Amino acid sequence: MSMSGARIGAVVRKELAEFRRNRLIVVTAAVLPLVFLIGPTASILALKASALGAVLDKRVDYSLFLPLLVPVFVPAIMSAYSVVGERDQGTLEPVLTTPVSRGELLLGKAAAIFMPAVALAYLMFGVFVAITQIAASPAVAAAVRRAPQLPAALVFIPLLAAWAIWVGLAVSATATDTRVAQQLSILGSLPPVALAALMSFQVISPTFAVAAALAGGLLAIDCAACLAVARLFDRERLITGARPSRGIPTPTAARDAGSPAEIRSHRQPGT
Amino acid sequence: MAPSAAALPGDARGEQPAAIAVSHLGKVFGGRVAVSDVSFSVARGEVFGFLGPNGAGKTTMVRILGTLISATSGSAAVAGIPVGPEGAAEIRRRISVMPESPGLYQRLTVAENMGYFARLYGLRRREQRITEALASVGLADRAHDVAGGLSKGLRQRAALARSLLNDPAVMFLDEPTSGLDPVAAHEVHGLITGLRERGVTVFLTTHRLEEAERLCDRVAIMNTRLRTIGRPDDLRQELFTRSLAVTTAAPLAGPAEVFGGLPGVRDWRRDEPGEARQGGSAGYTLTVTDPALSAPAVTRALVAGGADVLSIAETRRTLEDVYLKLIDEHEQEQEQAR
Repeated sequence: MSMSGARIGAVVRKELAEFRRNRLIVVTAAVLPLVFLIGPTASILALKASALGAVLDKRVDYSLFLPLLVPVFVPAIMSAYSVVGERDQGTLEPVLTTPVSRGELLLGKAAAIFMPAVALAYLMFGVFVAITQIAASPAVAAAVRRAPQLPAALVFIPLLAAWAIWVGLAVSATATDTRVAQQLSILGSLPPVALAALMSFQVISPTFAVAAALAGGLLAIDCAACLAVARLFDRERLITGARPSRGIPTPTAARDAGSPAEIRSHRQPGT
Repeated sequence: MAPSAAALPGDARGEQPAAIAVSHLGKVFGGRVAVSDVSFSVARGEVFGFLGPNGAGKTTMVRILGTLISATSGSAAVAGIPVGPEGAAEIRRRISVMPESPGLYQRLTVAENMGYFARLYGLRRREQRITEALASVGLADRAHDVAGGLSKGLRQRAALARSLLNDPAVMFLDEPTSGLDPVAAHEVHGLITGLRERGVTVFLTTHRLEEAERLCDRVAIMNTRLRTIGRPDDLRQELFTRSLAVTTAAPLAGPAEVFGGLPGVRDWRRDEPGEARQGGSAGYTLTVTDPALSAPAVTRALVAGGADVLSIAETRRTLEDVYLKLIDEHEQEQEQAR
């Protein structure tokens, strides 16, 4: 069945409207980036122009790693609620009785989380770089500008966010409790963060080739995760939490069902 | 008495495909049987009641027919389309399902809720359709209210308006008055009556037997398996012998002589003394083949015997009596099977 952009758009629009109206989501989505922005920025601004090269590099590594957690944690929390939350509210069942396909629903929900999460992460990096360039000493500002993590962040932010969203949606489609879903979602989104941390702290040498290979690998994993989550978006599983059973409907038998003789044959004796 | 072809409205007798046709349908969740070997059909434009106790498989049936879950065995067709992966999307365009919970997004307004579904259905002239649907349930002036701020009755009405958006051929209403106060339930009844007048086929599951009796052309009673199906009047006659309730001012001196040999009177018994009797009056229950035939003869016999007759009336069985009898029989069968 072909995808309908209008239906995907309808899901995105509805999800964004719900985010805007849910103060808790807005606060959660805003506080975490603020914490990860204020800490590293203060840390960089506190550096003196005379700071030793090793100290400077270490502080820059740390400051550019923490913001990478934003495109992971924010979408992980939001996507974990996305399906199980609707099931709890009773809104999922009516939606699933409309012509929306599981692909459209999945993409709509993913896009509605991906866009604000990635935009927020880029905004954070932008604000961080702008403040350090304006307020830090010239040597420190230059160190930030030259850091290889900056261009890497441009590539890794959407990849990390996509991973966190697929993990969150997979957990949400199968979980029966919102809190458990959010915890599992955060745990499930950590592996690529660990990899980014190893590279940020230069445990793995952050060469262009390594970064490109990691980004390619993460992209492939994201695509595979999208297909895997699509399989979990089966209506029966979403409604009942159970694997769908496979009946083999035969149209002929269905046409015959109206026969009064057949109805009689299924009546209980004595009724 | 088995339901005959005459018990089905005209277009269910083969002239047109039934709105819903179910054949030998079964559903098993893990090791638990939810629905077993159920067959029935619903004619176009019919209001069909689906009754049963908790866990009887009513919601499972709605979900199977609404293409939300697949059957383990058997087959079904809705709006003439076989239920299955190939026809699911087309069926969903032609039906609407109102689950037990209204399922509104609490933080969105009523109009936003409706707009979301109108887009999912790909409707044109969305604003007009939304306005019409809300007007039909009397919610036109609440379009911009946040859904979470509405009373349960109003939320139920909003959910019904949402179900009307796509102008469905078949509507599945799962316990639409569950948890509603009598006034709100009465309003929903009015809306269902309106659907019937518009020619919409309604598949109604409910616990409220008086609701089914009032609204439904036919009812099916099930408890995992189909126990019976038919018009409420036919079911009453089928399951219970017909009887006359006679009250006299004083006990008859010779009731056997009065009631014996009267046309259509098969048996009689004196009611227990003290059953809401006033001032020494007496009650008798007569098993008859046809109350219209026997009542005049019984009256004449009583008068001829010198009795002061206070009342003679046919004993009225409700759908609740039918339901309780069938469910009781089912439980007894299960006891015996153990």
